[in-house]
Amino acid sequence: MQKPVKRGSGMGISWYNPRVRSIAYQAGVLAAVIAVVWFFTATAQENLERLNISTGFGFLDTTAGFGIIQTLIPYTEQSSYGRAFLVGLLNTLSVAVIGIVLATMLGFVVGVARLSRNWLVAKIAAVYVEVMRNIPLLLQLFFWYFAVLRPLPGPADSIEALPGVFLSNRGLILPDPVLDAGAGLFFSALAVAIVAGYVLVRWARARQRATGRLFPALRVTAALIVVLPLLAWAVGGTPFHLEYATRGAFDFSGGVRLLPEFVALVLGLTLYTAAFIGEIVRAGIQSVDRGQAEAAAALGLKDSTTLRLVVVPQALRLIVPPLTSQILNLTKNSSLAVAIAYPDLVAVFAGTVLNQTGQAIEVIAITMAVYLTLSLATSLAMNWYNARIAFRER
Amino acid sequence: MSAIDMMGPPQKSGSVLGWLRRNLFSSIGNTVLTVIAAYLLWLTVPPLLNFAIFDAVWTGDTREACLGEGKGACWPLVWANFDQFIYGRYPASEIWRVNIVFALGFIALVPMLIPSAPAKRFNVILLLVVYPLIALVLLAGDRPGLPPVPTSEWGGLLVTLVVAVTGIVVSLPLGIVLALGRRSSMPAIRMLSIIFIEFWRGVPLVTVLFMASVMLPLFLPEGLSPDNLLRCLVGVALFSSAYMAEVVRGGLQAIPAGQYEAARAAGLSYWQTMGLVVLPQALRHVIPGIVNTFIGLFKDTTLVLIVGIFDILGQVRAQLSDPNWTVPQGALTGYLFAGIVFWIFCFGMSQYSNFMERRLNAGRGR
Repeated sequence: MQKPVKRGSGMGISWYNPRVRSIAYQAGVLAAVIAVVWFFTATAQENLERLNISTGFGFLDTTAGFGIIQTLIPYTEQSSYGRAFLVGLLNTLSVAVIGIVLATMLGFVVGVARLSRNWLVAKIAAVYVEVMRNIPLLLQLFFWYFAVLRPLPGPADSIEALPGVFLSNRGLILPDPVLDAGAGLFFSALAVAIVAGYVLVRWARARQRATGRLFPALRVTAALIVVLPLLAWAVGGTPFHLEYATRGAFDFSGGVRLLPEFVALVLGLTLYTAAFIGEIVRAGIQSVDRGQAEAAAALGLKDSTTLRLVVVPQALRLIVPPLTSQILNLTKNSSLAVAIAYPDLVAVFAGTVLNQTGQAIEVIAITMAVYLTLSLATSLAMNWYNARIAFRER
Repeated sequence: MSAIDMMGPPQKSGSVLGWLRRNLFSSIGNTVLTVIAAYLLWLTVPPLLNFAIFDAVWTGDTREACLGEGKGACWPLVWANFDQFIYGRYPASEIWRVNIVFALGFIALVPMLIPSAPAKRFNVILLLVVYPLIALVLLAGDRPGLPPVPTSEWGGLLVTLVVAVTGIVVSLPLGIVLALGRRSSMPAIRMLSIIFIEFWRGVPLVTVLFMASVMLPLFLPEGLSPDNLLRCLVGVALFSSAYMAEVVRGGLQAIPAGQYEAARAAGLSYWQTMGLVVLPQALRHVIPGIVNTFIGLFKDTTLVLIVGIFDILGQVRAQLSDPNWTVPQGALTGYLFAGIVFWIFCFGMSQYSNFMERRLNAGRGR
């Protein structure tokens, strides 16, 4: 009869001891990884010396010497590569943030529309999802940029979609909202309304917990947020006006200009990602058991209350994790900007700066580090939110 | 107490009018929605159909056929450049090799997709090991009777499929290893797997391709410089492995601990436990997820055009600057064609994924 084998420490150093084996395996794998890294580093050093490529991050202070078509912070050709990096980063972030907001809104509309009892609406939403999901984003960007926005007429024949809103091959021109004296009052009124609303909601909730008496806090808050600033606006003597762009023979003057590259990128990212978010929202809502809504109705809750307090909180638990990965995808997909020459981080930094300096390793490492940080920050924020809304079992 | 009012007879359900009433005009809000939806359709569908079909030019040999007011899509542009869109600049005399590769792939794939077809294990080996090797020999050549064709001459749908199939063939085994590594009890191996997976999932594919095309050569010894396509294939394969690993990990987590314990109790080693008990169940669970990863990978293959490789979209773009075929509606026509090709592939895969999902859930549904 075999001796009963005891696991672990009692066996001493023998290959049949799982712990010894485990340590040996790990040491082997680590040694292999270190060897590979060492080999690549050594080769890279050799190659850099042979090709006479300078190393280090000193190039960030060198004059860039190229222009960028969209800059959110002051930038000239005399600015440094480091400044160009910041410009690219801000352009990436602006596209990503606007895209995320629009895609989430459109996605919720699409998801709800797919569940609509209206046959036509449900079918249109389904066709939208199936078309958008199954065509590569890059192709859609090419379509919007090269086939739709670029062939638009020039400024002189531009399309005036709304008063003061022009569509031309120079991009989308919007009226510029100008603040006059007295606008401060408007914004302070808005701030006061938001703070008051927050306090009111908390007070109403506390009172309901304590006494069971309801107070229409949300409606009052909404009214506050609309009425107070409007009053301030009227008192301050309507301190806003829109400055319309004027159309010249070759270009526009005044107004806010959104580059065609920017419009194409936001449009493409939004429409593409909204299809995925729509499916997530649909699955989330469908996952809430019908009995939940029925039970709420049996307790006498109104339809809107049922939706707000019973269905949506449960659906959100399923929606948030995949929504996070879609938001991350949109941020990463904004790097496709390089294909339609929108000056995002990849186009400016990993494109132009890399070509000019030749310091591929530093440039690519910085670019990847930025995206890794963005990914990590987004998932941390969403994990925190997810933990807050997660279902607490006991 | 008063009696409840008597209800009217139920609406007749069979007639067209009844259906319309129930599904489109059941209330005022619903009617408004229907009108808005119909208006949206009227705005989009007739122009699209007119452009693609009714006003389109279907025959002709030169660009002149497509010029003129009110002409729709210029399909002769697609017919004339069809070979380029499919094969790129692959020499015309050698195109039969590509066709054989396409046909072999189709023959090996079809029984794989039919759940009831026999010899799945053999089929997997055929598809993931034997077929890629045969395809490589046939496509690259440099064998007796097969003159070499450098990858710079490959293009079109051929490159799209080469990138996608390589990604799939490499990412499946590598993804499984990474997923097992991430769930391993050995801390060093777990950490390495996590770092690898999270790194590739955290960066966009564009930067990976940039890295493969400009940074990778610096890390390789002098003289050893694989061509651009091969470098991109490495990038795509590593990138998709990380995504595949997460899908497989989902499947591994769905397997109850009792399965592991029973296998270990029966005296199976780690690899026997995984290979004979856990993985067959886990992979079956995640077939839809795997197919979805393939769809994403297939769409992502278009990105190789950013680093100068001509996949089908790249070929279409290149053709648009051909002076023989510059027509105002050229861009729309070309992108419409490419869009239809991609849509057919991706929609087909997603329908298959749905079919498998229904099959897998058949036992669980009520």
